[in-house]
Amino acid sequence: MTRHLQIFYVTVILLLLAAPIVVVAGVSLNGQQSLRFPPQDLSLKWYAELFRNSDWLVPLRNSLIIAAVSSLLAVAIALPLALHVWSRNNRLARALYVLGVAPFMLPPVISALGFLVFWVSIGMYGQMTATIISHGVFLVTLPVVTISLGLAGVDTSLVEAARTMGARRGQVLRTVILPLLTPYMISGYAFAFVLSLNEYIIAYMVAGFTVETLPIKIFNSLRYGYTPIMGVVSVIFVGLAALAFGLIGRYGNLPRLLGAERVGND
Amino acid sequence: MTELSLRRMTKRFGRLTAVEDVTLDIPDGTFVCLLGPSGCGKTTLLRLLAGLETPTEGQVIVAGEDQTTVPPEKREFGMVFQSLALFPHLSVADNIAYPLTIRGRSKAEVRERVETLLDLVQLSDLGDRRIHQLSGGQRQRVAIARGLAIDPRVFLLDEPLSALDANLREHMQVELRQLQQRLGVTTIVVTHDQKEALTMADVVIVMNEGRVQQIGSPMEIYRDPANAFVAGFIGTSNLLPCTLNTDRSIEVFDYRFDVEEEDRLKSDPGAGLVLSVRPEDVRLEAPSTGIPAKVIFIRDLGESIQFVLDQGDHEIYALYAPSARPDIGLGEEVGVTFAPGKRVVFPA
Amino acid sequence: MSGMRQNSTPGWLPFVPVAWLLLFFLVPFAIMLTVSVAHRVPGGFYEPGFEFDSYLRFFSVFFGRILLTSILISAGAAVICVLLAFPFTLSLARMKQRGQTIVLVILLSVLSLSEVIIGFSLSTLLSKTAGVGNLLAALGFIEESRAYTPSLFALMAGMCYLALPYSVLVLYPPVSRLDPELGEAARMMGASPFQTFRTVTVPMLRKPMMGALILVFVFTLGVYLLPQVLGQPQHWTLSVHITDQAIFQSNLPFAAAMAVLLLLVSLAMVGLSLLLGRDKVTDT
Repeated sequence: MTRHLQIFYVTVILLLLAAPIVVVAGVSLNGQQSLRFPPQDLSLKWYAELFRNSDWLVPLRNSLIIAAVSSLLAVAIALPLALHVWSRNNRLARALYVLGVAPFMLPPVISALGFLVFWVSIGMYGQMTATIISHGVFLVTLPVVTISLGLAGVDTSLVEAARTMGARRGQVLRTVILPLLTPYMISGYAFAFVLSLNEYIIAYMVAGFTVETLPIKIFNSLRYGYTPIMGVVSVIFVGLAALAFGLIGRYGNLPRLLGAERVGND
Repeated sequence: MTELSLRRMTKRFGRLTAVEDVTLDIPDGTFVCLLGPSGCGKTTLLRLLAGLETPTEGQVIVAGEDQTTVPPEKREFGMVFQSLALFPHLSVADNIAYPLTIRGRSKAEVRERVETLLDLVQLSDLGDRRIHQLSGGQRQRVAIARGLAIDPRVFLLDEPLSALDANLREHMQVELRQLQQRLGVTTIVVTHDQKEALTMADVVIVMNEGRVQQIGSPMEIYRDPANAFVAGFIGTSNLLPCTLNTDRSIEVFDYRFDVEEEDRLKSDPGAGLVLSVRPEDVRLEAPSTGIPAKVIFIRDLGESIQFVLDQGDHEIYALYAPSARPDIGLGEEVGVTFAPGKRVVFPA
Repeated sequence: MSGMRQNSTPGWLPFVPVAWLLLFFLVPFAIMLTVSVAHRVPGGFYEPGFEFDSYLRFFSVFFGRILLTSILISAGAAVICVLLAFPFTLSLARMKQRGQTIVLVILLSVLSLSEVIIGFSLSTLLSKTAGVGNLLAALGFIEESRAYTPSLFALMAGMCYLALPYSVLVLYPPVSRLDPELGEAARMMGASPFQTFRTVTVPMLRKPMMGALILVFVFTLGVYLLPQVLGQPQHWTLSVHITDQAIFQSNLPFAAAMAVLLLLVSLAMVGLSLLLGRDKVTDT
């Protein structure tokens, strides 16, 4: 393909991907409780409504708490796992890596059902703690992948240099490896946070009737009455995702994080 | 008084023997170059000294104490890595301060020492820079300063100048040598560049296939190579198959000549030996004398003229000063002889 | 020779993550396995047992239709997505780093969107009052606006919307590692751009493409919500039925049996794609 054709093709696909979001953003600006596009009686009242109406405020708060805590859990579990796999690199360590990557690779319904029967069995079905831990396990893959990538980029001679300069094992970890991994831990956290906010099926199966999150609230509204607030939430979620990934792209190397090795610096 | 000794050191990686039965003693304050082709085991030997590898057999002894099983952080050595291994998350000053802060030295002491070191490597104004903001030569200096920060008992450098371009490399060779002489620290540099080794070292250790081939001053190594490998590896030598007869005569191809007083015989008489002659000791004469050969290439190197001769099975190199250039052209047949007293016979 | 990287972390380090993942990831699967062979109490939950009634239901016409629907819809979406994503990824990998980063941010933002939000957005886009129908009517292509959802078309559009960014990200690593000099060499030897594409690019990326196809298929098998929002009941896939049986029909044993089946299929497929990926390493 020629250069122009390539750019044209990429642009068309991106526009198609943007179309539903544009429509939803338009819908969120309707003055009335109707989903019209182009919107009528332009107004931002539904944005205010999200933060005022307790029907939506509670799920918003739930979603934020779950995302913040579960992503922290995911990073806390992923870091020692990735470090161990990196430093040992034997069969057992590789099996551990597969275990860390598996939760996110499988169809989420399977994990969701697994979590459901698990929490029912131990009597924690319907509690927010159950949702948080489930998300923490489900999303552990993302920091495992980003931190492992970070470790793969750590030059072994940095570790050796630190050792020859008098640093013990633990000091090498603290003064060399962890500082180098910080950006990868932050990206892993951001990925996990955004995905936890958007996750529906696990939150639904584990505590859908007691701990409503925003996706669950939207799905319920799809059945029992559309409102422009759904558009508002969608716009905010897209914005948050774009902000998080944009920051990673701005301060990190997103192409490398996603597996590209051959990227020019121009 | 730090004397560094290796006793019967052997290192195997699986079935590969990287270092085999190396024994050597390095006196205090010596500048040593470990020289050899890539894969000869010189880097492994350095890593064994540093404690980054554990020997399969043998001992490392520093100032009379066995250090073989001491981990690298307890050896009080300084090391510069081939990749330099500067920490990208730390500033220049913090890189140099690293070995001091890891030892819990006081802030004031660290600051003073870092300033001294920055002065030493002429980077006084760049302490706050990040590593990626420095040029190749500047990074080199940071790595050297960092390696010297604790006044190490031994300073180890693994191909430290290999990433620099030719001009800068020569400059840094001189600078490194001067620095070492000023500080008097025992220094061991791994290099595959013989010119670098001959420029810097008090003692050159030539290695090949995991074994030490020769230990000596640069002059000894160049003038009196211990074996055919060293003769071929250091400078250029013509290495030709020869026979040494019991009547003290040498036969090369069909050319036969008597051994002179100054010629060196490093082998008992026999067939299948190697005659080594430097190109500057090769003489081109009329076709009737010596080894018949044909001139296939002439090249003016500025300070000398090089002739490449085809003997049939071997190429022979001859070097003349421009003032002594013989009147011989491309394609001419000549006879090759060797300057008496400059001929060395090695076992193959 | 990485002597210092070996054992550079303490041996107890993995115990916490291992214990955590065993408890909260493997134990749930084990429980699910026991539930799948438990005895169903109609109208209630289940009681412990060891019977294969739930698995025997796989051999019914009802289930056969679900399976066929799932496979057709997922495979269709996977093929469409990989075909669309391949030229997209090639173009993306040729961009400068800044351009690549921007496109990747957009793709990730779409990919991370909740299925609920994508379902809602597309149902709005395809609705009578706020979408394509309005546009077409305004342009005079149709008499008056109409809804294009729920329908198979809407469902496939949703599936592709969901899976296209994923397909690009799966193809991105192998495509971006392809040495551009290979293509340039082919051009120097007289190949046209199209010939270069056909004789160099495609053959070199055949295995990654197959791998991507399988991974995208597994990904679309996991779509649990779009068939409910954008499709009609006959378009419900295995994932939808698992949710339905678990929550609304209160038949946990059957839901668990279906989940076990889905798990096995997914694992087999992912394993197959890993095998394809390994071959690629040994050839080059």
